[in-house]
Amino acid sequence: MSSEIIKTKNLCKTYDNEGVLTKAVRGVSFSVEKGEFVAIMGPSGSGKSTLMQVLGFLDRPTEGEYLFEGRDTKNFSEDELASIRNKKVGFVFQTFNLLPRTTVYENVELPLLYERTLSPSLSRKERGSKNEIIIRALKAVMMDHRTNYMSNQLSGGEKQRVAIARALVNNPEIIFADEPTGNLDSKSGIQVMEILDELNDAGHTIILVTHETQTAQYAKRIISMKDGGIISDEKVVERVKLGDGDLLK
Amino acid sequence: MNLLNPIKISYKNLLSAKGRSFLTILGIIIGVAAVIIIFSVGLSAQALILDQIKGIGSNLIGILPGASDEEGPPAAVMGISITTLKYDDLLALRKEKNVPEVEDAAGYVMGTAAVEYGVNSLNASFTGTTASYINVEDAEISRGRFFTEEEESNLSRVAALGITVANDLFGTEDPINKKIKIKGHNFIVIGIFKQRGTAGFGLAGLDESVFIPLETAQKLIMGIDHLGFIRLKVKSADLIESAKANIKITLRERHNINDPANDDFSVRDQASAIETISAVTNALRYFLLAIGTVSLLVGGVGIMNIMLIAVNQRIREVGLRKAIGARNSDVLSQFLAESAAISFMGGLIGIILGLLIAYLSSIIVQKMGYNWPLLISPMSIVAAAGISIFIGIVFGMYPARKASKISPMEALRYE
Repeated sequence: MSSEIIKTKNLCKTYDNEGVLTKAVRGVSFSVEKGEFVAIMGPSGSGKSTLMQVLGFLDRPTEGEYLFEGRDTKNFSEDELASIRNKKVGFVFQTFNLLPRTTVYENVELPLLYERTLSPSLSRKERGSKNEIIIRALKAVMMDHRTNYMSNQLSGGEKQRVAIARALVNNPEIIFADEPTGNLDSKSGIQVMEILDELNDAGHTIILVTHETQTAQYAKRIISMKDGGIISDEKVVERVKLGDGDLLK
Repeated sequence: MNLLNPIKISYKNLLSAKGRSFLTILGIIIGVAAVIIIFSVGLSAQALILDQIKGIGSNLIGILPGASDEEGPPAAVMGISITTLKYDDLLALRKEKNVPEVEDAAGYVMGTAAVEYGVNSLNASFTGTTASYINVEDAEISRGRFFTEEEESNLSRVAALGITVANDLFGTEDPINKKIKIKGHNFIVIGIFKQRGTAGFGLAGLDESVFIPLETAQKLIMGIDHLGFIRLKVKSADLIESAKANIKITLRERHNINDPANDDFSVRDQASAIETISAVTNALRYFLLAIGTVSLLVGGVGIMNIMLIAVNQRIREVGLRKAIGARNSDVLSQFLAESAAISFMGGLIGIILGLLIAYLSSIIVQKMGYNWPLLISPMSIVAAAGISIFIGIVFGMYPARKASKISPMEALRYE
C-alpha cells in the first residue's frame, strides 16, 4: 500500500454566485505522501485557498476525484466529514480564529469537545488524560505558560501558536495552514514556521498555503498555482532551516 | 461528545455577553413573573372571598324568592323585587314536621332609611328580622337585649343597633332606652350588637345596620308583606342536602307547585355559593393566565430574534467549530441549549420576581386589614420553569437550524 495520504484527479471547484460561475480550481491532479511538507503558492485569486479548503474537507469539489488515505471522499456524509475534520486534519488560519473571551486552555480544548469516542487512531487511554493532551499541545508551541490567559490578551504570534496547539490537540495526520504568517510580524512569523517545521519532523504532514516565497522556502516541496491550475511542482533544494529553534529561545 | 458539552459551551457564551442576555430574557422574565403573580394573587383572593362566605356560617341555607337555575344568580340578587316569600312560609319551614333538620330560621327584609337622634341624623341600612335572628346568625348583643318573638309580630317599635350606628348617633351617650326616629317613626333602642366586622361582599356592614322587628319593618317602614329572604339553620352541616329537599317540598306544597321547573323560590347553601364564586374567580384566573401566556410568547419571539442576531454575529465562530469537527447536530444543540438556557434563566428570575411581588402585595393587603394569605401554587412554579425552557427550545429551533446549516468555508470567509 502506498503512503499517499492525498490523491486528486482532475479536481475542480466552481462557485455559483447568484448565477455567476467562478471556476476557482480547474482540474488539479497531484498527490501528497505521508510526512511531506508542501507549500501551495500563487498570487491571490490563483485558487490556492480554495484548493486547501477542498482538501481540508471544508468544502466539496464540484468535479474530479479526491482520495483521502486511499478512500474516495465523494460519498462521505456530512457527519463523516465533520469527524475527519475533527480527527484527521487540523487547521491554522491567517486570522487565527480563536474564540474571544475564552481562555487559551479552553480554545485548545475545543476539538476534544467535539470528539466522538469511536476513534480509529489512538484511544484516549493511550493518549493520556484530557488535561495532559491539552498541556502537551500547548508545550509543543511554547504556550503552556499562558494557559489561563484570555485569547484576546495575547499578541498575534502567541495567538497563532495557540491556534497551532488547537490544530494539534487531536493529533491529526495533516495540518493545513492558510497564510499562517500573513498577519504576523516577521519574528513571530519565523517562530510559527519553525513550529510547523518541528511538527513536520515529528511526523505530521503539513500543507501550507502562502503567497510569500520566503515562507514557502520552509517547505520541502512547492506547488505553484495560477488561474486555478498547477503551473509547477518541484522539490525545494535549499530549505530555510534555523538551527534548533533559535528564535524561540 | 457528551450531553454536557453543549450546555457547557452555551453557559460560557451566555456569561460572556451578560448585558445582551439580560435584555433578551426581559420578555420571559415579565411573562413568568406575571404567571406566578396571577396564580398567587388569584389563589389568595379566592381564599379571602371563600373565607368570608364561610364566616357567614356553613350550616345555613338561604331561601330566596324567585326561580333560578343552579349556575346563575337568583333574580333577587339582580335587584328585582319578587313577592313570593311570605311570613307564613317562614313559620312553616320552622316546623320540624315539615323540615326535621331545622334548628331555627329567620326572615329578613332590608332597606335604607334616615335614622335620627336629636340633631344627629344619618342614612343607615336597616334590617327587619325575626327574634330568631340572634340564634340563626350567632349574633351577640353586648348591651341591652334583642327583641322577643312577641315583638316581631305586634308592630313593636324597638330597635337594636350595630355598634357603628350607635357610636355615630349617640357618641358617648348611653343609647339604651333612648328614642330614635327611623323614617320619621319613633323607636326605642333596646340593645347594641357586639362589633362583628364586615359581612362579606354585597352585604352592608352589620355594624352599620339598624335592626327592627320584621312586621314593623314590613308594614310601618316599607309597606310590603313579603320577605326579602329566609335563612334557615340546620342542626348540623351534613343535613344540608336533606334539609334543602324538605324545604323545597314544603314550599312547593304551600305554593301549589307541581313541576319543579315552575319553582318561585330558590334554595342555596354555602357550598353552591362557594362553587359559584370559585367558578367566577377561576374564570378570571384563566383569563389572566392567557394574558401571561401571550407575554411569554412575545418573550419567545424576542428570544428568536436575538438568537438570529447571535447566529449572524457568530458565523465565523460556527465556521471554526465546524472546521475543527463540530457536526451539524453539535451546532444545532449548542444554539438550542443556549436559547433554552437564556429562556430558563429568564424563567428563574421571573419566578423570583413573581414570588417577591406576590409576597409584597400580600403584606400590603394584610396591612389594609384583610385576611389575605400568601398562597403560592408549586404547580405554577414548575409550570413556569417548564414553559420557559419549552419556549427557549421552540423559538430557538429556527435560529439553531439556520446556524447548523452554515457551510464551514463560507462561514470562515464571512467578514
